[in-house]
Amino acid sequence: MGLRPSRIVVFRGPGNLRAMWMLALIVVIAVLCFLSITIGNRSVAWADIVAGVSGETGTISQAAVARRVPRTVLAAIAGAALGLSGVIMQGITRNPLADPGILGVNAGAALAVVIGIASFDMTSATAFIWVAICGAAVTATFVYTIGSLGVGGATPLKLALAGAATSVAFSSLITGIVLSRNDIAGGIRDWHIGGVGGASFERIAQVLPFLAVGAAIALISARKINVLSLGDETAAGLGERIAISRGFSALGAIMLCGGTTAICGPIGFVGLVVPHFCRLLVGVDHRWLLPVSGLAGAGLLIGSDILGRIVVRPTEMEVGIITALIGAPFFIWIVRRQKVRAL
Amino acid sequence: MTGATLAQGRMSRQRGYRLRVGLLMVLVAGLFLMTLMVGQSITPLGDVIRVIMGEDVAGASFVVGQLRLPRVTVAILTGLSFGLGGVAFQIMLRNPLASPDIIGITSGATTAAVFAIVVLSMTGVQVSAFAVIAGLLVAGTIYLLSRKGGAVGTRIILIGIGVSAMLDSVTSYLLTQALVWNLQEALRWLAGSLNGVKLHQAAPVAAALAVFGMPLLGQTRSLEILRLGDDTAAGLGVSVGRTRAIVITCAVGLIAFATTAAGPIAFVPFLSGPIAAKLIGSRGSLLIPAALVGAVLVVLGDFVGQFGFDTRYPVGVITGAMGAPYLVFLIVRSAKNGSLF
Repeated sequence: MGLRPSRIVVFRGPGNLRAMWMLALIVVIAVLCFLSITIGNRSVAWADIVAGVSGETGTISQAAVARRVPRTVLAAIAGAALGLSGVIMQGITRNPLADPGILGVNAGAALAVVIGIASFDMTSATAFIWVAICGAAVTATFVYTIGSLGVGGATPLKLALAGAATSVAFSSLITGIVLSRNDIAGGIRDWHIGGVGGASFERIAQVLPFLAVGAAIALISARKINVLSLGDETAAGLGERIAISRGFSALGAIMLCGGTTAICGPIGFVGLVVPHFCRLLVGVDHRWLLPVSGLAGAGLLIGSDILGRIVVRPTEMEVGIITALIGAPFFIWIVRRQKVRAL
Repeated sequence: MTGATLAQGRMSRQRGYRLRVGLLMVLVAGLFLMTLMVGQSITPLGDVIRVIMGEDVAGASFVVGQLRLPRVTVAILTGLSFGLGGVAFQIMLRNPLASPDIIGITSGATTAAVFAIVVLSMTGVQVSAFAVIAGLLVAGTIYLLSRKGGAVGTRIILIGIGVSAMLDSVTSYLLTQALVWNLQEALRWLAGSLNGVKLHQAAPVAAALAVFGMPLLGQTRSLEILRLGDDTAAGLGVSVGRTRAIVITCAVGLIAFATTAAGPIAFVPFLSGPIAAKLIGSRGSLLIPAALVGAVLVVLGDFVGQFGFDTRYPVGVITGAMGAPYLVFLIVRSAKNGSLF
């Protein structure tokens, strides 16, 4: 692929082409939702699917289908949130490698939740969400600050290294906490791998307000991100208050990925892959890029979840593992494609 | 006149280097004796020495000979390996953040070891061999993927981070497949732990230090020149590709054997080099000092983990927690003078 980012930038399809891509993504998501409800460990008959979706749990097949519904919904919501937060992070740091996982933000949210469980006997999902968002905010500020010190500001290399090192440090702190508490080890491990398997509508309802506010902030700040992605000097010259715009957009990204981490555990690479893919479809205008990335993120996570149920039948592979296996090669591809100077 | 001053300067630098390396060695020896003497109970130095000489001392033979001696021996050997392997990568890639634990080499060895234990039910040296081969394959893959145009260094680091993320998720998956009663032990090992280490586990690590460490030390001069940049080094007659191949192979061997013995002890490869650089300055090569610093870190970290808190923590948790503030310091300092070393 000989395309440089600058040439992809040039691509400006007419509005109706971009709307068509959006429509296509919605169709894809609909198909994936249908597959997600029908495919699973247990093969179910058509009548059972219809009954299960409408809420009946009389037979085992119907109950299985009924459990796949919230799972699919959660995958869609979490994927959309991660996709949006990835776009924002890449936009405001002007960094092709930004992702809540790579930058260590998910690890920060995870550490905060583990500390909450272990030290304060936290159990309610709302408390999880608040703590996760605070952890994500602190970590994001920390990684961005240390990554942007020194010559050249926040280069992709420095940010990625600061994020990776922070993740390693936080993981060993998490291990330290978990090891001192035998009683919570199993539960934390399952949560920490990142999955949507245990979804229920009750939990989704608890996180939904946070994600909705985050998404609203994201969509409102689309124009600000457009300006910020021109570079700090240009943005300031255009009259943008850089620190405020960046902080506001970052708040949206943090609410989205912190909330998702609280419910699903840290899921990496969705925020990395989706924006790059969507830039190819609709260009770099964030007013289009944000909603399209949300849709694509939802599609990717539902698809990954289905894949996780198929590949190791009769058991399941958590969606966080699938996204890492898909996303890491993609990350490597981006690194190889960039010019040396840009790194 | 100037010649004499230069010669004097070199002499005093060499004296300073030897003095500092000597002090580090004394420190390692002192920590060795201290950990043998101090534990839940305190054993007198005389008894410790008699046990080491092979005498049977009532009340001390078991505690010192069976519990403390294997633990501290493996601690020192893995510390030396991690320190040496880590600093070799950092010097070669000219970036202290490019240590094997951050760029995926350790993850490769870890995933392979977990796979060998959980899926293939291997034990002992088989696991080590498996981890070394996997570590080399991972390092080779990262190296090949990053060979495109110049400036291999930067790209190696980023691609390493990607590979590392992928391998970590495989490790997570393997762990979910492990039986529940293995979980606590697996977690402990993954953090890096010396619990229940036996003396026979020290032998492979010691052998690896001899087999991989010596050729690495043989590259001291080339590595020092490589710090000036690939082009300059080539101009000064260093065969860059060959040096890099030797250094990668040896460092990966060291890391993989140490990892199978004690788990990936967090941040020891990452921390040893910069601490040694702080001590040594520009007086000489960092390889041996960094290895000694690694040994100090692992022995001290294990001691603190065992006796510092109510809960006994594995050494990796202590070194991991120490690494975070140091990382901040490193990056803040680099902002001032523009270089990380």
